[in-house]
Amino acid sequence: MERHQLVIIGGGSAGIAAALGAYENGLRDILVVERESEYGGILQQCIHNGFGLHTFNEELSGPAYAEKYFDLIRDNDCIHFVYDTAVTKIKDKTLTLQSKEGLRHVEADAIILSTGCRERPAGAIGMKGNRCEGVYTAGTAQKYLNKEGYLVGRRVFILGSGDIGLIMARRMTLEGAKVIGVAELQPYSNGLARNIKQCLEDFDIPLYLSHTVEAVHGSSRLESITLIEVDEKLKKIPGSEQEIPCDCLLLSVGLIPENTLIEDLGVKLDPRTRGAVVDDRYMSSAEGIFACGNALHVHDLVDYVSIEGKKAGMAAADYVNGIRPEGEAIRNVVSGGVSYMVPQSFHKGRDLEFMFRVNRVFKDCFIHVYGKGLDKKIRKTGIVPSEMQKVLLKKDEIESLEGELNWEVVE
Amino acid sequence: MTDITIIGAGICGSLIAHRLSKTDLRVLVLEKESDVAEGATGANSAMVHSGHDPKPGTLKCRYNLRGNELYPDLCKELQTAYVPIGAFVAAGSPEEETVLDKLIAQCEERRVPYEVLSGEQARELEPNLADRISKVLSLPSTGIVTPFEVTIAAMEEAMLNGVELKLNYEVKKIERRDDHFLINDEIETKLIVNCAGAHCDDITEMLRESPYHVETRKGEYFVLDHLNGSFVKHVIYPVPSAKGKGVLAVPTVHGNVMLGPNSDFAANRDDDATGDGLDFVRSEISSTMKNIPFNRMIHTFAGLRPHIDLNDFYIREDEQIPDFIHVAGIESPGLTGAPAIAEDVCDNIILPKFEYHRKEDYIRRKAFINMEKMSEEQINELIRKDPSFGRIVCRCEKISEGQIRDVIRRKCGARTIKGVKMRCRPGMGRCQGGFCEPEVLKILAEELHEDVRDIELDRKGSAVLISNAKEEL
Repeated sequence: MERHQLVIIGGGSAGIAAALGAYENGLRDILVVERESEYGGILQQCIHNGFGLHTFNEELSGPAYAEKYFDLIRDNDCIHFVYDTAVTKIKDKTLTLQSKEGLRHVEADAIILSTGCRERPAGAIGMKGNRCEGVYTAGTAQKYLNKEGYLVGRRVFILGSGDIGLIMARRMTLEGAKVIGVAELQPYSNGLARNIKQCLEDFDIPLYLSHTVEAVHGSSRLESITLIEVDEKLKKIPGSEQEIPCDCLLLSVGLIPENTLIEDLGVKLDPRTRGAVVDDRYMSSAEGIFACGNALHVHDLVDYVSIEGKKAGMAAADYVNGIRPEGEAIRNVVSGGVSYMVPQSFHKGRDLEFMFRVNRVFKDCFIHVYGKGLDKKIRKTGIVPSEMQKVLLKKDEIESLEGELNWEVVE
Repeated sequence: MTDITIIGAGICGSLIAHRLSKTDLRVLVLEKESDVAEGATGANSAMVHSGHDPKPGTLKCRYNLRGNELYPDLCKELQTAYVPIGAFVAAGSPEEETVLDKLIAQCEERRVPYEVLSGEQARELEPNLADRISKVLSLPSTGIVTPFEVTIAAMEEAMLNGVELKLNYEVKKIERRDDHFLINDEIETKLIVNCAGAHCDDITEMLRESPYHVETRKGEYFVLDHLNGSFVKHVIYPVPSAKGKGVLAVPTVHGNVMLGPNSDFAANRDDDATGDGLDFVRSEISSTMKNIPFNRMIHTFAGLRPHIDLNDFYIREDEQIPDFIHVAGIESPGLTGAPAIAEDVCDNIILPKFEYHRKEDYIRRKAFINMEKMSEEQINELIRKDPSFGRIVCRCEKISEGQIRDVIRRKCGARTIKGVKMRCRPGMGRCQGGFCEPEVLKILAEELHEDVRDIELDRKGSAVLISNAKEEL
């Protein structure tokens, strides 16, 4: 059977970086399986700029970022990409690949999942109203516009202030559509501050905080939506409904890591990230199967995805080369406003970076990290759910930990 | 002149057309929507009831029992899925147990196979049954089907054998002539079968004052992701009440779970909007189930049931207008009853009126290509013959380009995004078409030789793409 040291599933930003990391750490036989006919994943439809400030010190478009990163491995004989090929099954360490050439089986010493994420659809939020045409996830509208060249609406309303929704508010405005407004259920925006400024404020598009879309109306095509205000408990306020005529509703109401493949495999998933539960090597509960990028947890910036992908690639290389961590893993335990922590567990012996999100807005607060031999408070002027937090703990700080490490945010 | 014109291509209209297609009679089906199975047939609990529930002496009872008998063979014949998964009717109070005992007596009388379980016994088989459930009626003869698959398959086979289907064709006028009818001033037919669902009375009113009036009732449902039996393995009913069968948990043929329906009068005949009924379903379901994985919800929908004020099916030749056949009031258990209704209406009402021959060279349809059920050798063979079967378009349901092209190219083939979805599932999965819809749209345009801007979601006026961005500027 065809055999490789490492098979990476998904050739987007995480997968490309993982391949680079694995190569730099000594692997010489890496296969990347990509479903589409080009590398880059979702970056290829993100034609706005803002990518790469951390990685390349310049602002690039999505495709340009992908290309620039791909240049780092383009001529590398040890990294082989196959396109138009889907992984349909993983059993033990054997993958089934499907393409126009047929099925083939590939065995791997290690596997990295860098399959990205998907958008939460209307059905998943129980949207009320008619099943008319005109309701799209923001990313689907983006694909229609940026890859196919077609607009899906002329009078557009957007539900959810996630970044893709904000980007599409600007993009559709530039293409001649009228964006009437953006509604956000929470009393704060879920997008990056710079996107609120550059995509809404600069175009005079109103942001309705503490509002949601109660229902959509239309017989064949969307004709209007009902906008409704919610109270501090997110309960709808009767009487606050207003009907807004529009022919298109875009949804930017959350991204969900894509893990169908490992779900079938019985890999343990974190109910909060909806990605795999991993240790500091990004290894899942299945020996030799790693996860990184938006398939692991949803990131704010592609730069962070690349960094994580590279680390996962390096860890997978260590694994293939027989390097194993020493001692028992320490478990991260979250409470008090911390909604999740990646990695969920870790081994001592080196500096480690931890990533998490909070579940509400905190002002003037501190991150409290404590366990045996460690009690650390990190002051913050504010933390919002839309911005992923990173905390670095030095090797020495975690040296005497046992069992678990606790995390909370205190105001 | 057409011999038989069927108005409405739901499950009843399609199964009647299918049964008639085995003869040499000329059969025409008129459907106002852009596809078959667009009305009540497309949105219901998707199950074949055992017949324990309908009131004794009703047509609902009679056709339910016979339909339950006919389904396994019908699905084999049409090459569609039928899964005999069985059902539990769950009681959780002395009052509910009294109602359950009545159902048990009905099963006995009707020879519906059954077993009575204690709450504990039932929870061993269904661990997520609510703790309050104390007594359960188990009904092994309950099955599940995909209603639109059965309907599409029946119509496809009917069309392979000469039946004509006109889509997007609304009947606006019917005149009775000496020995025939004239529809919309252009179609001459000897006999009409009125299978118009929510619009049955409107059709009848074109000829006479309707003996019944349709009041559409709406039922709303949640659809959960593929749980493959991890949440529920049988259909779970509460005990019935005056309002109907109650809120069910129903596994589907493809491993999803549906929760619903409620039952409310709809605002109008075509009101398929979901609303507060979903909140009702959410609270009601907890009387029979626990640990409900609402976080795995991927879709919601509302279905319309053409309830008529006679409170039973109305199936007969019109008393005043000969050769005008009513198939009206087909609400639950209409899906279950449909094969029995088709059998009765064809064999006992329509066919005795005609001289006809049975076809000797009857053509069988082939099942939709289901790669999930194929061996690797079969898949490789398929891809070798047509490489488009190697390209996966729908990642959630693992549907290939070849499968999509196949359902467009067939008789009664897909013409819309929803038509493709109903036939081979791209868009049915957890991303709900977010990734694959643009690909499906391009394939449809290619196969139908249409501009992408003319491809519609479902009904007329539901084009996906509004304009070419570059042209607008």
